[in-house]
Amino acid sequence: MAERKHAWGPRDQNVLIGKEITRIDALPKIVGSAKYSADINSKGTLFAKLVTCKHAHAKIKKIDIEAAKKVPGVKAVHLFKDIDENEIKWDGDLIAAVAAERAEQAADGVKAIEATIEYEVLEHFVDEENLEAGKKAERSKVLGSASEGDVEAAIQGAKVVHKGYYGIQTISHMCLEPHGSHCEWKGDDLDVHLSTQNVSGTAGQFAEPLGIDEANVTITGNYEGGGFGSKFQADEWGLAAAKMAKEAGRPVRLMLDRATELKTAGTRPSGFVEVTVAADAEGKVVAWESHHWGTDGPGGGGVDVQQLPYPFKFPNFKRSQTGLECNTGPNRAWRAPPHPQLCAMTQTALDDLAAKLGMNSYDFFLKNLEFTLNDKAGTYAEEMAIAAKAIGWQEKWHPRGEGKGPVKRGLGMALHRWGGGAGPCTCEVKVHPDGSVETFLGSQDIGTGTRTIISIVLAETFGLPLSGVKVNLGSSKYPTSGASGGSITVGGVSGAHRRAAQDALWTIFDKVAEKYKVEADGLSAREGKIFAGKKEVCSWKDACRLIGPMPLVVKGEGPKKDGLTADQVGGVQMVDLSVDTETGNVRIHKFVCVQDCGLILDELTAKSQVLGALIMGIAYSLSEERIMDNKTGRYINADLKNYKLPRIGDVGELVAIMHQPASEYDRGVVGLGEPPVIAPGAAISNAVANAIGVRVPVLPLTPKRVLDALKKGGNA
Amino acid sequence: MPDQGHPTREDQIRSGSGFSRRDFLKGSGAAVAATTLAQSVSETEAAQQAGTKVAPAKASAVKLDINGKAVTVTVEPRVTLLDVLRDDLSLTGAKEVCDTANCGACTVLLDGKAVYACSVLAHSAVGKKIMTAEGLAGQGVDAVAQCFVKHDATQCGYCTPGFVVATRAFVAAKPNATVEDIGKGLGGNICRCGTYAGVIAAALECSKKGGK
Amino acid sequence: MSSFEFASPRTEAEAVELLAAHDGQTAVLAGGTDLISLLKADIVTPQRVVDITNISSMKGVTSVTGGLLVGALTTLDEILVHPLLAGHPSLAHVADGVHAIQIQSAGTLGGDLCHLPNCWYFRNGYGLLGTLNGESLPAEGRSDFHAILGNQGPAKFVSASRFAPALIALGAKVRIVGPTPDQVTLLPIEYFYVTPKSSDQRVTVLTPGQLVTHVWLPEVSSTLASATYEVLQMEGLDYPLASAGVALEMNGRMVTEARVVLGHVAPTPWVSHDAAEVLKGRSIDEATAQAAGDAAVARATPLAHNEYKVQIARTAVKRALLRAVGQLEGVS
Repeated sequence: MAERKHAWGPRDQNVLIGKEITRIDALPKIVGSAKYSADINSKGTLFAKLVTCKHAHAKIKKIDIEAAKKVPGVKAVHLFKDIDENEIKWDGDLIAAVAAERAEQAADGVKAIEATIEYEVLEHFVDEENLEAGKKAERSKVLGSASEGDVEAAIQGAKVVHKGYYGIQTISHMCLEPHGSHCEWKGDDLDVHLSTQNVSGTAGQFAEPLGIDEANVTITGNYEGGGFGSKFQADEWGLAAAKMAKEAGRPVRLMLDRATELKTAGTRPSGFVEVTVAADAEGKVVAWESHHWGTDGPGGGGVDVQQLPYPFKFPNFKRSQTGLECNTGPNRAWRAPPHPQLCAMTQTALDDLAAKLGMNSYDFFLKNLEFTLNDKAGTYAEEMAIAAKAIGWQEKWHPRGEGKGPVKRGLGMALHRWGGGAGPCTCEVKVHPDGSVETFLGSQDIGTGTRTIISIVLAETFGLPLSGVKVNLGSSKYPTSGASGGSITVGGVSGAHRRAAQDALWTIFDKVAEKYKVEADGLSAREGKIFAGKKEVCSWKDACRLIGPMPLVVKGEGPKKDGLTADQVGGVQMVDLSVDTETGNVRIHKFVCVQDCGLILDELTAKSQVLGALIMGIAYSLSEERIMDNKTGRYINADLKNYKLPRIGDVGELVAIMHQPASEYDRGVVGLGEPPVIAPGAAISNAVANAIGVRVPVLPLTPKRVLDALKKGGNA
Repeated sequence: MPDQGHPTREDQIRSGSGFSRRDFLKGSGAAVAATTLAQSVSETEAAQQAGTKVAPAKASAVKLDINGKAVTVTVEPRVTLLDVLRDDLSLTGAKEVCDTANCGACTVLLDGKAVYACSVLAHSAVGKKIMTAEGLAGQGVDAVAQCFVKHDATQCGYCTPGFVVATRAFVAAKPNATVEDIGKGLGGNICRCGTYAGVIAAALECSKKGGK
Repeated sequence: MSSFEFASPRTEAEAVELLAAHDGQTAVLAGGTDLISLLKADIVTPQRVVDITNISSMKGVTSVTGGLLVGALTTLDEILVHPLLAGHPSLAHVADGVHAIQIQSAGTLGGDLCHLPNCWYFRNGYGLLGTLNGESLPAEGRSDFHAILGNQGPAKFVSASRFAPALIALGAKVRIVGPTPDQVTLLPIEYFYVTPKSSDQRVTVLTPGQLVTHVWLPEVSSTLASATYEVLQMEGLDYPLASAGVALEMNGRMVTEARVVLGHVAPTPWVSHDAAEVLKGRSIDEATAQAAGDAAVARATPLAHNEYKVQIARTAVKRALLRAVGQLEGVS
């Protein structure tokens, strides 16, 4: 018998893989029957609300949670911060929670507690862009540095040297479904519906602090309303829900309110950088020197210094970082951490250098591809050519600031990279004697299409329609699968399922071979039938009857180095936009992303990931930001009127081009969820600079920042 | 009304306890004032006959018409339609996201018009036909819902039911809508995952077909 | 949200009577797109909420002697397409700028006129004037969206009404009933708004128990040109950074009388006589529109974070004027 090796089939023979396939769980989401954790409302459920602090830095001198217990309907109260025990370090930090028969009664309970609190208000610092103020307030700390080569000498010998200041603001994850859970005790067992990216990894986070066995905890997460890197934990509010449920002997649903979601449940660190960058006469970068700062909250961390400049390694570089301890909500991983900040801090400076060299940005980036990491220069060059054609780069290109009338048009580009290797996954595939197929795994579909691509892999392998396979995920009682973060889910689950499905299929082929006296090696499964060469042997159902009375159960595992999956993706983004110089408004006309990601399982959902990333990129590039008020120390725009997100009319024409020559298909599956969100900041900022001839240094490019930059002039 | 270098009547108005009707019966407004004044008097009589009931500041029964079914809930006047749908009736298609009439995740139809359920009191919804996303799954799958599937206009899906309901109202009101029309009509919904391209494609197709 | 009583009257008179209870500690509910949020945040805490949406006399647009009577409950989508309002394009410009069918179908003209300031200090519980320990937060803190005109007193928020600039420019009046049903007032809208000088004062002249029932619009002559231009950062649902409503009496290409009113730049809608003066006797072109814009903001006193709004207000005036005479091109 020939060696059986796990592999993807030839590209041209795929029936489902690589096609545009609509997601299998779309309809329940659309008509509202899909139940998110925030929707769980089992009999007797209590609804919880939070007491949060309205000071940036304080101690509680007095609090009486008993006050809430006197409020009609209130059944349980939880205290997060005891008197003098914990310092409150940011506006919005949690103090207490109240669970009641009705949401409005819980709100009454919150008010009753609020009325009893006395604070000692302490001095705050929230001015994250202001390095000098941070030093003066003794809130700064040196975080690290690195250097290689001789930067001074390289700058001395350079043709052009550019110095500039750039920055990228803090944003919040702002998940539409806020963080939270529904907790219900059944005897000693705790059932948690958790809005999570980490179904298999959170049971223990509940069990240990609650003093119960992990085996007694079930985490369920069938649908999750957005996480973007912020939902890997049980969180103190999850534990509070479990404790209140225990206290009341009733299920408790505790979802964060919108302001708390913005303030406390995750932010992306800010980065502000002073850069000196130099090039030779050809336009090749010879030296990079940078110092950056910013904050990730009270911890005083920031954007990792070791990855700047991004994604380049120039011959000579020197970099250093200062962190600012701010009274702001703590950070969490935000989609491709911290590449969007690195990209925005690097490629804006490079584009200004290109302008100073008098070069077309396209030529400049092309010239410097040799310095990109991970041996992707050739792929970038291909992608640049495709993107340029799609956007009309060469026809539309003009040097900075040229153009008549108040509305100026500009082009900008940037490029990015990401790992995206396969994550851990175990799955249990069952082929039933009646021919039906299902799989169980403790993974989650966070909107990326995980259910759909698993269905595709199983259906493709077994030669069945999508409706012939059933995917069961979203329970910690299913075989353990990794968290969905780092764009590692698609590789993890597709590899594991291909392996399990091929193993199952080979077992079935052996039984078919024996029964129908054909060679197992020559068998294939397609169109719901088993073929020997071109000859039909039997139906899929006939074949499965040979399994016996019990289902065939096959375990799939990953990741493995068998070629089914790989890592490292890259992409190039180009944007064509207009800036209204009389209002400071930026309007996107066309935004092109050319993206490689190995073998694409579902072209439709892959493109949706790219398009969604571009929109999220437009958000943080043009409008979205946490605004800290120095005076009150508060996150003053923590509501959706003032935390401005793009709407359907704000995004212009978006073009996702999946770059998939044979060489990409042959690499196997690589994750895609994060990478396309990395480059928009730099690409859009560069296009604005190209349009108006002035660099607007800090993202997002709001009317205020654009007009202020125009008034000031700048390092065009 | 403060203004630069011009006389203002602001202080005059503020200092008075109300203002003399005579002032505003002068000039071009006089005829209007007279007719509307008359109207008010007749309305006063009507009011006395009508005798509107005041619901107390505690829970009382409210009869609602939701997705064609009569439902009675007992809630305080301060309870929103959204909370009734989600917490009392487990109709969770409408989501709570901003809770301040901004994001559209809670969109439902009220007498056929799209509204934010987070900003409607349940007591205000009496006598109105309420349709939620769940209503789209009624007899056969709604055309708008089908278009959302086809164009992959959902990712995490949390904004989706609200977006679908808004789109349903939009295409009914705006046949043959352009992309610009969609930008204006559906600008009351936020998607964080970024499904707008799919929603535009879905809305364009549905609008072309008149929502059918 | 605190508990309150609820009533849904069918007539204006009944509404006014219901509003008079509890010493006027009552609130008027129309579309709910602003009030409900204020209630949730306990910024407005009435003992009774009076839902006026079933009062049929306050709906729709009717022709009356000398002009039009627009019910306060007229919704934005109705204003956008109402044939009787075709001669007032400046109103449709406003309705058209509210990019959400949910607000267009629920939001009312009266609700817009009575919309409380969006100032983030006010909305975060620091009172109408936004003060903490006696200090003005907009003056000391983040004033990005605050007033650039009329901001020398304690009030530094901006008036939130989007229709008021256009209505004031058109010479509209607001009809107010109450506190007793027989008390009816017809007030030019510029006098409806006031700048509070202390935290217990309000943003309009409305006293407890009063109800805005209608807006009266004077008949427009065939020589009147009107327009509104709102500078919006976002294409979706968003509040203007600044706006301008203009009404121009034209003699051929010549402006004989101009009314220029800015929105979202001051604690009240801001009538700019300076801009109007510039226009009188001239024709509207890029240069005169620009000059009027310059005049409108010449005395601006921006706060620490909103100097950019001076430019935006200037642009709003300029573009509203160009739009009024059909010359606005190349910008959205």
